[in-house]
Amino acid sequence: MATKFFGTPVKRREDRRLLTGGSQYTDDLQFRGMVHAAIVRSPHAHARIRSVDVEAAKSAPGVVAVFTGKDMEGVAGIPTAWLIPDSDLKTTDHPALARDRVRYVGDGVAVVLAEDRYQAEDAAQLVQVDYEILDAVADQVKAVEEGAPQVHDDAPGNRCFLFNTISGGDLDQAFADADDVLKFRTTNHRMIPSAIEPRGCLAQYNAASGELTLRMTSQNPHIHRLLLSIVLGVPEHKLRIVTPEIGGGFGSKIAVYADEAVMAFCAMQTGRPVKWVETRRENFLCTTHGRDHVTDVEAAYTNEGKILGLRFKTWANMGAYVSTAAPGVPTWLYGLMLSGVYDVPAVGLEVVGVFTHTTPVDACRGAGRPEATYLLERIVDLVAQRLDLDPVEIRRRNFIGKEKFPHAVAPGVIYDSGDYDAALDRLLEMVDYGAFRNEQAEARKKGRYLGIGFSTYVEICGLGPSSIVGSTGFQGGLWESSVVRVHPTGKVTVMTGANPHGQGEETTFAQVVGDVLGVDIDDVELVHGDTDLVPMGMGTYGSRATAVGGIAAFKAAEKVVDKARKIAAHQLEARDEDLEFEDGRFQVKGTDQGMSFQDVALQAYLAWNLPEGLEPGLEAQSFYDPSNFVFPFGAHACIVEVDAETGQTNIVRYVAVDDCGKVINPLIVDGQIHGGIAFGIAQALYEHAQYDESAQLLTGTMMDYAVPKPGQMPSFELDRTVTPSPVNPLGLKGIGEAGSIGSTAAVANAVADALGPFGIDHVEMPFTPQRVWQAIQQAQGR
Amino acid sequence: MAQVSIEVRVNGSTYRREVEPRLLLVHLLRDVLGLTGTHVGCDTSSCGACTVLLGDLAVKSCTLLAVQADGAEITTVEGLATNGDLHAVQEGFWEEHGLQCGFCTPGFLMATVQLLDRNPDPDDAEIRHALEGNLCRCTGYQHIVNAVQNAAGKLRESAS
Repeated sequence: MATKFFGTPVKRREDRRLLTGGSQYTDDLQFRGMVHAAIVRSPHAHARIRSVDVEAAKSAPGVVAVFTGKDMEGVAGIPTAWLIPDSDLKTTDHPALARDRVRYVGDGVAVVLAEDRYQAEDAAQLVQVDYEILDAVADQVKAVEEGAPQVHDDAPGNRCFLFNTISGGDLDQAFADADDVLKFRTTNHRMIPSAIEPRGCLAQYNAASGELTLRMTSQNPHIHRLLLSIVLGVPEHKLRIVTPEIGGGFGSKIAVYADEAVMAFCAMQTGRPVKWVETRRENFLCTTHGRDHVTDVEAAYTNEGKILGLRFKTWANMGAYVSTAAPGVPTWLYGLMLSGVYDVPAVGLEVVGVFTHTTPVDACRGAGRPEATYLLERIVDLVAQRLDLDPVEIRRRNFIGKEKFPHAVAPGVIYDSGDYDAALDRLLEMVDYGAFRNEQAEARKKGRYLGIGFSTYVEICGLGPSSIVGSTGFQGGLWESSVVRVHPTGKVTVMTGANPHGQGEETTFAQVVGDVLGVDIDDVELVHGDTDLVPMGMGTYGSRATAVGGIAAFKAAEKVVDKARKIAAHQLEARDEDLEFEDGRFQVKGTDQGMSFQDVALQAYLAWNLPEGLEPGLEAQSFYDPSNFVFPFGAHACIVEVDAETGQTNIVRYVAVDDCGKVINPLIVDGQIHGGIAFGIAQALYEHAQYDESAQLLTGTMMDYAVPKPGQMPSFELDRTVTPSPVNPLGLKGIGEAGSIGSTAAVANAVADALGPFGIDHVEMPFTPQRVWQAIQQAQGR
Repeated sequence: MAQVSIEVRVNGSTYRREVEPRLLLVHLLRDVLGLTGTHVGCDTSSCGACTVLLGDLAVKSCTLLAVQADGAEITTVEGLATNGDLHAVQEGFWEEHGLQCGFCTPGFLMATVQLLDRNPDPDDAEIRHALEGNLCRCTGYQHIVNAVQNAAGKLRESAS
């Protein structure tokens, strides 16, 4: 394949509509007869519903209908799709609107439909709910204590699951052989994904045909179709999910939400199109959150700094209900990465999934892998500090050597390829590490506290081989589909099931297909996000779109070339193997006889002169199921300066070397890395979803929850190494989450390094001025 | 609810409408006039996705009532390009990959127009400061800063 487009920083083809207001997001859609929905939500974290009085709301101006949980009794509960085996997982009933109990602040109780949104909001205020307020618990460690308020009657002790499947190597031996053991407890605090576009759903029902259409914010329309078809009892072929433009997801638009079932129900009941778009307040209360782990760590190590074994016990907060993919996140996606880039002979993990009276927790950019990386990177730095080793040196002593790939790690997966030293070498060169240590020593003499933190990470992505994810309890395959359809004029439509929401697939997939077919990328259009148009596919999350969906498009395009070759050979009266295909032209080797790809396309549809037995038309479909996951990696360094007087942490430099295998579009890859790093820095320094003792969300608006502003982010210095993946023919890995996986730990290590002169080796995140200042005060005995 | 008559000029066209006094400017633009390029991302004036130009002032249209805009000249993202030629700020964001999902982008574009109007040659810190009222979750802001620099260069070139 000639690579005219692959590897070049092509400007994004989706941008013109986004830059001119020419795009349509869910909230931009209006249909004749459309009504607007407002959801009445519980202000209490835990309460019994004594009664719901909707009469005043029903008679308010513009109100079309009001429904409560009782009205929706015929609708099935919201399902969970990752049923981790051998864990006694309790999924519990999750009604779309609460019937007798509410279990978190924001739990839906009733829905009001009115002619406009203002009227719907007005009338929602008139719904009278009589609550008997019950005790609530937000903290997962407290929730498993004896006597804690119970979230579900059928989940005793608030235990959602107990997962201890991940165990590799001889842990007892590792701890027996160790010179010392590091033990600590740490929290990976809760985040709110905060896509700037809120979630929304516009439901339309045609009673005559029985067809239901949901236009909605989804990262995975086909998964939504399948699961909502089960919930609503609408057959899959009568249910159409369309995703208009999607304004970011970060994991929060994967899950099937109660709200979507409610809107479908309302449209089916009233016969009118129903639109609902959440407010930001609702987004913070009701759209899934991320992270929220408390973990006890035990690390067995030798005096040479070799890590022999790691034991983890994690309490993972699941929130009030088990969201769609939630059980897989703090178990498999987290546990499989718990040896990271290090050759650790033995790893053991126990996870207690805990119900609390909080917003459900599910995937959030990185999903389990940032949590694993944070622990590992803190462990190696703390061990290095105890042994008076340089943090770079301890990493080198424990790295999986590049000669060992493919490499089976103790948690139970096989890493595809890697060269961790090369990424670290390049990083140190960019940082000028020796010079920094001198600068740091000089600064300390002047009472200035600089610190450097390293984070060397690997992530599991390109999810994933269906048979393996099936064995983890995921209720689906994780292959991806694509159709490459060549039109009679040689223009090309590519369909993908890996529905993008900001990743630039309309450009990168066109680069891949354009190269295979030898056509200009402006002649290639990507179609996605409509279950009536696009074959079944699994969506965009887990950094899978390019490494799985992109390969599906590549393979479909190759099939098209194979068929085109047959047609060209027939028309040129040559044998298939005598044809060369270069730059969009089939040429009989050593002659001036040839045909353009566009001519072949026309002939395929004219069908006047095709080879015997060959069907007319020129399109192909591929369902690509990868043979393994892919494992991108990298080395990040963060340099901070901590103001000891105020506790303020400022990032002085952020340097990252990432390796995502072969790069289709360097501009887009850099953008993904930037966004990911910012997400991880935001967790380390600013963002913290906090509940009070009664499980009220204290950070329920953008004024309280600190999504960072432009001035709160540094410039990033990037480079990359390229270690192709052997898993797929293009050597691709994935890059959507990498930054968020590497960066949080880099900041954490930098802060600890800066505070070294105070005798501080660890501070809990997020590093707000208050926390850091308090740590300094405590260390000084104040 | 009583209606109030207002007249606004948006992207060069004049609109007379009867509106509720409580109607937000952003809803006038989006729901009444159908200009959905201006987005709503929060309910606390934090995110800036709804930023439009009121005269030459960048304002958050979720924080103004439509009646307050009576008689005003408003520019939204739909009004930035001229006869299909993109504005230098749009070109800058495109060339420097200053957008990913695009939802916050119209707000950033309008805030950038104001910034470059006031300061044609800003440094990176000035750009970050001037865009403090806008949130982006995708880019980490660096490509946005680059985009603004790119646009500033284009505008200076065309002015000289």
